[in-house]
Amino acid sequence: MEFSSRARQRHLKLAGDRREPYPHSLQFYQEPPTESISLAEFESFAVDRLRLLKVVENLGVSYVKSGDAYKTKLEAELRKLKFPYRALAEDDYDARRKDHISHFILRLAYCQSEELRRWFLQQEMDLFRYRFHELTDSLRQKFLDHVNLSFEAISEDLKNELSNELYMSTPGLSMSKVKEQMFYKVGLSDAVDLFRARRVFIKDGFAFVPLKDIDAIVLNNYRKSLSKALALTARSLPSIQSDERLQPLLNHLSHSYVGPDYSVQKNTGKISLEHIDALSVKSFPLCMRQLHKALRENHHLRHGGRMQYGLFLKGIGLTLEQALEFWKKEFIKGKVDADKFDKGYAYSIRHNYGKEGKRTDYTPYSCMKIIMSNPPSQGDYHGCPFRHSDPELLKQKLQSYKVPPSGVTQILELVKGMHYQLACQKYFELTHDVDDIGFSLNHPNQYFAESQRILSGGREVKKEPNHLGNSQQKNNSQESVNSNSAPTSSNTTTDAELEGLEAYFTED
Amino acid sequence: MAPFEPAALPELLPVFYRRLFPHGAYGRWLGYGGVEKNYFQLREFSFTLRDDVYVRFQSFGSPQELEKELQRTNPYKIDIGAVYSHRPNQHNTVHLGAFQPVEKELVFDIDMTDYDDVRTCCSSADICSKCWTLMTIAVRVIDRALVEDLGMKHRLWVYSGRRGVHCWVCDDAVRKWSPALRAAAVEYLSLVKGGAETVKKVNLSEPVHPFIRRSVSVVEKYFEAYALQGQDILGSPERWDKVLALVPEEHRELLQSEFPKKRDSVQRWELLKGRMERTRRLASSGKGTACYADWEVMLQYCFPRLDINVSKGIGHLLKSPFSVHPKTGRISVPLDVQRLDDFDPFAVPTISSLCQELDAAGDDTEQEDGEETEPKRRMRDYRRTQLAPYVKAFEQFVEEMERGRRVERLRRSDLQGEF
Repeated sequence: MEFSSRARQRHLKLAGDRREPYPHSLQFYQEPPTESISLAEFESFAVDRLRLLKVVENLGVSYVKSGDAYKTKLEAELRKLKFPYRALAEDDYDARRKDHISHFILRLAYCQSEELRRWFLQQEMDLFRYRFHELTDSLRQKFLDHVNLSFEAISEDLKNELSNELYMSTPGLSMSKVKEQMFYKVGLSDAVDLFRARRVFIKDGFAFVPLKDIDAIVLNNYRKSLSKALALTARSLPSIQSDERLQPLLNHLSHSYVGPDYSVQKNTGKISLEHIDALSVKSFPLCMRQLHKALRENHHLRHGGRMQYGLFLKGIGLTLEQALEFWKKEFIKGKVDADKFDKGYAYSIRHNYGKEGKRTDYTPYSCMKIIMSNPPSQGDYHGCPFRHSDPELLKQKLQSYKVPPSGVTQILELVKGMHYQLACQKYFELTHDVDDIGFSLNHPNQYFAESQRILSGGREVKKEPNHLGNSQQKNNSQESVNSNSAPTSSNTTTDAELEGLEAYFTED
Repeated sequence: MAPFEPAALPELLPVFYRRLFPHGAYGRWLGYGGVEKNYFQLREFSFTLRDDVYVRFQSFGSPQELEKELQRTNPYKIDIGAVYSHRPNQHNTVHLGAFQPVEKELVFDIDMTDYDDVRTCCSSADICSKCWTLMTIAVRVIDRALVEDLGMKHRLWVYSGRRGVHCWVCDDAVRKWSPALRAAAVEYLSLVKGGAETVKKVNLSEPVHPFIRRSVSVVEKYFEAYALQGQDILGSPERWDKVLALVPEEHRELLQSEFPKKRDSVQRWELLKGRMERTRRLASSGKGTACYADWEVMLQYCFPRLDINVSKGIGHLLKSPFSVHPKTGRISVPLDVQRLDDFDPFAVPTISSLCQELDAAGDDTEQEDGEETEPKRRMRDYRRTQLAPYVKAFEQFVEEMERGRRVERLRRSDLQGEF
């Protein structure tokens, strides 16, 4: 990293005054961090921020963003992950530093494709919006001054002259408020939304925006600058990726899954092969149901499908012996003879179970991995149906699975908004007849485990009269269910922070 | 003057493009002072030729080249498009996605057919001197907003040739506006919303934005003469029912019963307006809610109706000033905003009347020196015809822009500070 003299100054400042570099709880992330950190901190900061952004995504689709439920939950997550959570005026140095550094690390990981950039931008915007709103008026004023957005506050004289027009143009402001609040002269292109709806006074090509509306404009500015920054970062990526320490980590972050890895098979041996057909309809997520069906129909699956489905079956408790029997029986019905199976396919299955080669026990794929890597081509049945299927075909499939039409519409809306996991969650809710899935879906095996829990009566099913939009009631039902269901063994949770690097590299 | 015959166009157009079309000023306009490299060369033109043959993505190395091409092909109609990332006539050599429209004037198109639901005198393509006032009102309302609210300077208003007007905003900054910003401008300028199924198309509530107030005061100046007398919108029960449908129920009954007792639309309007003003007076002292139905009626009957699609897209093509209208033969001439009330669309010269004028003046040319240059001769040509004042207005518009550029250049060099 290059050191400019300004950075050196900041370096010196860091040694002395800890508060100086981060005078506010939020920032525009315009200056990258210039200190040195350990690889461990690099990883953990990045993973924590990724967790945070995923929560932001989930909350953003499940709750009204300005509502109390959203705010409380987001604040709780911020606290848990040790990010700045209230517009604390006092010393919050560590949290702010973490915020700063983790943002820049994720930029490296998420600048690489249009889809990743869009996702990152959306979540960072939502996070910024939440934080900006949490500022008190005076802190907000200070922040704007500090950030020095080129919005000039108009003079008292001018404001008095225009006070009547300002009052008439700005809904929600009484005359007295007009007199006390600060107004900013802003270019039309910065105030597009206010200007188009005539919610602001304009004159000579400028909009006169009160402090209370300035956040939309600030957000717009933030989006533009972050978008530009991401594009620039993408261009300088090759040089960063050549750093061997960083490359695997960065690749990983953008495909990363941060939860239990289902390599611990609590239910080993509890599934019998005769049940699989029924289970595929009741408890499999759509991707696995699709794979199972294709396997039964074609008596074959290609490599991508064998991996995705095979590891899933391992995760739900199929033993190696069962797996070999299962696949062999099916493949023999097709074009494969027993001998060929034993020589070729069997080896690969044993490999998955860690009985061959490097003997790594491979972990079942997470949703993120399925959605983002190895897209299916013609003749493939793997991938995520919500991501990879043509919406028309998806619709037909859902209809054939007796999903009610309103449900189908909701799912397609989520798919259109690229919320694939949320679409799957909705599918879960509809097929299990529950109002609220009660957990954040990240992994097909998690889907299976939760489904089994419901079906075996291990979880209370609460049904409210109006399902959509009643966040208060949603709040109640959330409390009775664990929002993060994880397997009980504690040693896997720490290891499961990131999917095994080795596994990641050799699986494909 | 013989009336215009579309069949005569093939004979008339060559004369028009040689002797009447203001190529000089036109080239100066679209060159924008040569400040931006290749600005003229990257501009798209489209031509409608004989037999409805339409060609797009025409571009030219210079205004002179354009002039030659016009004189060679004699198009029935010329449209101006955007300034692109690459020369439009080479767009096939650029790979997909790279060829993009980059800049264009902000344009507005106001068409009389959009007012059919509130015109009683004419419908669809017809216009008359009575309903032309709607265009006058539209220009005044929009132009005021463009100048005072949006801070725009260089606006060229043009008669479309049949039933409407166009506006070309040529400010440097505005030509760079994104589609989103253009759409926002149209939304800002729109008050009449709803299609055939919507009865009440204007709904106002407090606080009333200054844009609306100012627009109402413009409309008010014309309302009595245009709507109450000309269109006579309260002249019969049938007509005043339509107006009363826009007034809230609590006032309707009374007005319904009082209207027959009044003599004419003017009197009936006084009644309606008086009642509304009263509600506003009471409301300001805390009694009841203010009602703006009188404003809403004025706006629904008179406020400009813009087509957002014309203004939103950077690549959108619009009929060029000084193009001929193939059906009416009228030239799309610039409007003088200062003398708007004097404008008569039926007095706009047609291509045939102009050619006739040239023929009549033809005898005088014998006396001229045979060595004169083409441009000079052309200058004298249009001056002999009714096109003269319009070309002059156009030249003034172009000069105004050139003046603005000189001022800007000086300002910038001052800032750089020669010591």
